[in-house]
Amino acid sequence: MPATSSAPAAARATAGPRRFRPAPYLLLIPSVAVLLFALGYPLYWQILTSLQKFGLAQQFGKPPTFVGLDNYRQLFSDPQTWAVVGRSIAFCLTNAIITVILGVLIALLMNAVGKVIRLVLQISMLLAWAMPVIAVMTVWIWVFDWRRGLVNWLLTNLGLDFTNHNWLEQPLSFYFVATVIVVWMSVPFVAFSIYAGLTQISEEIMEAAALDGAGSVQRFFAIIVPMIRPVLMIVGLLQVIWDLRVFAQIRMLQDAGAPTASTDLLGTYIYRLGVGSSDFAMASALSIFVLLLTLVLSFFYVVHLMKEDS
Amino acid sequence: MSQATIRRRFRPGRALLSAVAILVAMGWAFPVYWMLNSALLPNSVLTSTTPRFWPAGGSLDNFTAVLNQGSFLPALGMSAAITVTTVAVCLLFAFLAALAISRFKFRGRTSFVLAVLFIQMLPAEGLFIAQYKMMSTLNLLNSVIGVSIIYIAAVVPFTIWMLRGFVAGVPADLEEAAMVDGCSRTQAFFRITFPLLAPGLVASGVYAFLQAWNEFTVALVILQKDEYRTLPLWLRGFVQASATRETDWGQVMAASTLVAVPVIIFFLIVQGRLTSGLVAGAVKG
Repeated sequence: MPATSSAPAAARATAGPRRFRPAPYLLLIPSVAVLLFALGYPLYWQILTSLQKFGLAQQFGKPPTFVGLDNYRQLFSDPQTWAVVGRSIAFCLTNAIITVILGVLIALLMNAVGKVIRLVLQISMLLAWAMPVIAVMTVWIWVFDWRRGLVNWLLTNLGLDFTNHNWLEQPLSFYFVATVIVVWMSVPFVAFSIYAGLTQISEEIMEAAALDGAGSVQRFFAIIVPMIRPVLMIVGLLQVIWDLRVFAQIRMLQDAGAPTASTDLLGTYIYRLGVGSSDFAMASALSIFVLLLTLVLSFFYVVHLMKEDS
Repeated sequence: MSQATIRRRFRPGRALLSAVAILVAMGWAFPVYWMLNSALLPNSVLTSTTPRFWPAGGSLDNFTAVLNQGSFLPALGMSAAITVTTVAVCLLFAFLAALAISRFKFRGRTSFVLAVLFIQMLPAEGLFIAQYKMMSTLNLLNSVIGVSIIYIAAVVPFTIWMLRGFVAGVPADLEEAAMVDGCSRTQAFFRITFPLLAPGLVASGVYAFLQAWNEFTVALVILQKDEYRTLPLWLRGFVQASATRETDWGQVMAASTLVAVPVIIFFLIVQGRLTSGLVAGAVKG
């Protein structure tokens, strides 16, 4: 698509004269308008607010004063911010790595078993994938419920005393539950994508390698991994981006009785700053940080998709 | 060592792998099964010390109780109104934009596609405080319109991207042939291109449906009054209550089932297209 920007001529074979054609721009107006209104303006407001003092006085109508990067300085000199950022990144990477590893293993399993069993496995993965996030949360909160949850019953019957154990009270065990849930709902996408990649590897190559004496582990790292690398990279990147935005999951677990201050991740922390304490300057500054982080991470993904488009 | 054992060492027994696969499948589907199972059992069974793993003695009582609860129907209405608005408007807008980028070359086309791709990656958490402020200024908090506008903006980018592939897949030559045969451009479009696009519109529509129906984050911020809750927020109400007092988990699971079933059905329709849209080209083919 290299000639696009320099050639405003019609793409169609209609050999008309080269003149300005309003049609494509008219077609874009509705989408651009709604994007500017619902995303563009809030973004502008957010950037502006993050550069202003927005305290109680401003809430009551006092015009805000421009303070430059003071809010950012204040935000990032607060150890609480770094605790939240650190937790978010650790949570995100842990979940993404576990999800990708399990996804690859299950994809290999799909590839190794017969048709019928593969179908059973795929249906079960699809069910988990299709569940709305809120339904997912209610089910898992019920499974981990401290009074009558299945997990406590199971562990107690295995001889450990988990009667009335509250999983959400301690941050580490809270994040363990969150990880189980996020991994459970994310693995199917990875497994299906990787499986699609695996089906492209020809039988002959694998058989030739086996005849040459390559063991299954060797075959995996020398043949399969290089062949599925493109899809592995994309899926891994998407997982990292998606696992940074786990607002619904964390919020729901907090609702079920976890202390918020020690379990907040980026999304829920912004929510608490903005909706909870009306500290719009800080909430905006932190939101801008989240947006920048996402843009940087998305860069490679978008470049990849653009290559597809041309 | 016979040849058979050598072969077996290279290929671990299929039976073993099959057994593992069945176990994984059962484990993964278990939470969904547990939701259905609990939804069918009365609270007296669910609160007994030993869980019942199959819905023996089950009934649809929990479902009737949930449906008869005053708060379910309003939430369903709210979700339906927002979802229908989002899907309809989003499809129209995205379709027009997809036409523009796949049927025309124009200055700014690449930048537009680039912007669309970046925008679809933006997390709701990065903008929801500002959107909340804006909607509060415009008096659109607790309204179908306020939420729908934000949903449309959130869903339109990926829908454009999805539809673009479908529109590009219908050769422009077909339209032109029809025009040579005497159709006007509009006629050619509606008689030739549009029917061929139907599958694409269905897939994109279902995608928009899933997004709007399942959305939680923006709804939580914009719809703060109980009487304007969507289904996800209504479900959340049960979980919040469970933190402090005994919960009727049978009813919660029945409610979750009611929210999940339409989603699961629609999801199965578009799953294939959704995956290929997200990882397009990463799978060599």
